Amino acid sequence: MTDSAISIKNVSKQFGDTVVLRDINLEVPKGQVSCLIGPSGSGKSTLLRCMAFLEQANAGTILIEGEPVGFVDGPNGRRRQTAAELRRARSKIGMVFQQFNLWPHMTALGNVSASLRRVRKMSKAEAEAIAMRQLEKVDLKERAHHYPSQLSGGQQQRVAIARALALDPTIMLFDEPTSALDPELTGEVLNVMRTLADEGMTMVVVTHEIGFAASVGNKVCFLDHGKLLFHDTPEKVFAAPRNPRLEQFLDTYLDRGAFLVQ
Amino acid sequence: MSFDFAVILAKGPQILSGLGVTVLIWLAGTALAVALGFVVATARRFGGPLINLVLMVPVEVLRGTPFLIQIFLLYFGGPYIGLRLDPITAGLLGISVYGAAYYSEIFRAGYQSVPPGHVEAAECVGFSRLQTILFILLPEMALLVLPPSMNMAIILLKDTALLSLITVPEMTMTVSAIGSQQYAFVESIVVLALVYWALVELANWLGRITERKIAKLSVT
Repeated sequence: MTDSAISIKNVSKQFGDTVVLRDINLEVPKGQVSCLIGPSGSGKSTLLRCMAFLEQANAGTILIEGEPVGFVDGPNGRRRQTAAELRRARSKIGMVFQQFNLWPHMTALGNVSASLRRVRKMSKAEAEAIAMRQLEKVDLKERAHHYPSQLSGGQQQRVAIARALALDPTIMLFDEPTSALDPELTGEVLNVMRTLADEGMTMVVVTHEIGFAASVGNKVCFLDHGKLLFHDTPEKVFAAPRNPRLEQFLDTYLDRGAFLVQ
Repeated sequence: MSFDFAVILAKGPQILSGLGVTVLIWLAGTALAVALGFVVATARRFGGPLINLVLMVPVEVLRGTPFLIQIFLLYFGGPYIGLRLDPITAGLLGISVYGAAYYSEIFRAGYQSVPPGHVEAAECVGFSRLQTILFILLPEMALLVLPPSMNMAIILLKDTALLSLITVPEMTMTVSAIGSQQYAFVESIVVLALVYWALVELANWLGRITERKIAKLSVT
C-alpha cells in the first residue's frame, strides 16, 4: 500500500495527432485537496477524467489506492480491465461533472439512491434513508422529491455531489464543478466542497476558482499545454515571484478571485 | 349508379374475421419489430464497429427496398432456399423484419439523444452496461422515441394491406373478395378505408395517452 490516494505515473494521452497530456507524474496525497489549474485546453480535465477512466491514457499507469484503474499489466503487456475489475477500481471514487449530469427522469432522491439500489442491491427504503442523509448533508433535504428541472444549477450540482457521495467513496473528483453556474450560485457549491475538505475527504478539483484553490487546496498543480509545469502548496505557488506562465494565466483571472492571492 | 353498403355489411362475420387477422398481424408484428429493432440498435451502439457494419447492411437493404418486393421474395422466393411458410407466418415475419429496420433507426436516434455525460455518471456509480440501458438510457429516450414509434406502428398497420397479395386472409383480401362477389367494388374500398382510418385514430389516441403518462413521469 502507498500513502498516495492516487499515483499517476508517466501518463500521456493524445486525441489523434493532438497531444493533450505529456508524461504526467503526480501523487495525490490522502486526505488532502489537490487543485488542478491552468488555461483552457491545458489538459487538466482530461487528466481528471483519466483518473476515473472516462478517458483512456495512451501510456502510463494510474493507481487508485495502489490498485490500477483502467489497464492492468499482464504477461502480454497491458490489457484493459474487465468491466467488473473497472467497477471495483472505480468504487473508491466519486465523480462530479461540470454539467451535473443528473438523470432527468429521477427526482433528487432517485438520483442519489439509484446506485445504492441497483449496485449495492439495497431495499428502496434503506437506499432512500441513506440518500436522504446525503441530501441533508448538502442542505437539500426539502428538495428531495424535486426533479432536476425544478432545481437551480447550484442545487443540481449539490444533488450531484450527494449522488457521488452515496456509495461512500474515499476520493472525490470534481471536474470544474462551478463553471456552469452563475457567480451567485457558485458559493453554495464551494461551501459544500469546503465542508467535505474539512472532513478530510481526499479531493482532486479541476477549477478556475483560483480563490478556492488558494484557500482550500493543500496542493496546487499548474498545467499548460498538456504538461504539469509545477505543483506545490498554494502558499509557494502563489507567492511572488511567480512562474511567468502562471503570472500570465492569473492576469486573465484577476476578476475571478485571483486578487485574493495578490 | 348508387352505393349500396348493405351488401358489404351483410358479410359482417367475414369482415370481422379479416379484421381479426389484420389486428393480430399488426399488433404481434409491431411488438416483434420493436423488440428486434431495439436489439439491433443496442448491438450497433455497443457491439463495436464490426457488428455495427454487419447490422447496417440488412437495415439499409430493408429500408431501401419496397415492402411489397420483400414479401414477394419471402413468400414466393423462400421455397427456393427451403423456406416454406404459410401466408400468415410469412406476413407476420415480413412485417416484423421490415418494421425492425425502421425501429432500429428510431432507437439509434434515441440512444444518440441521451447526453454522454448521463452515461458516464452511471458508469461512475458502478452501473453495469445492462443497468445503464434499462435504468438510464431507455427511460431518458422514451419520450423522444414514442411519437416516431407510434407513427411507424401506423405505417405498419396500413402496410398489412399489402399482405393480401401473398394471400394472407386479412381485411383487405376479405373485403375486396366480398366486393368482387357482390359487384360492389367501390363500396368495399370505401368500407376498407373507413375501417383502417378508425384503427389508426384508435392507435393515435392510445399513443397520445401513453405520451402524456410518460411525460408526467419524466420531467425534462
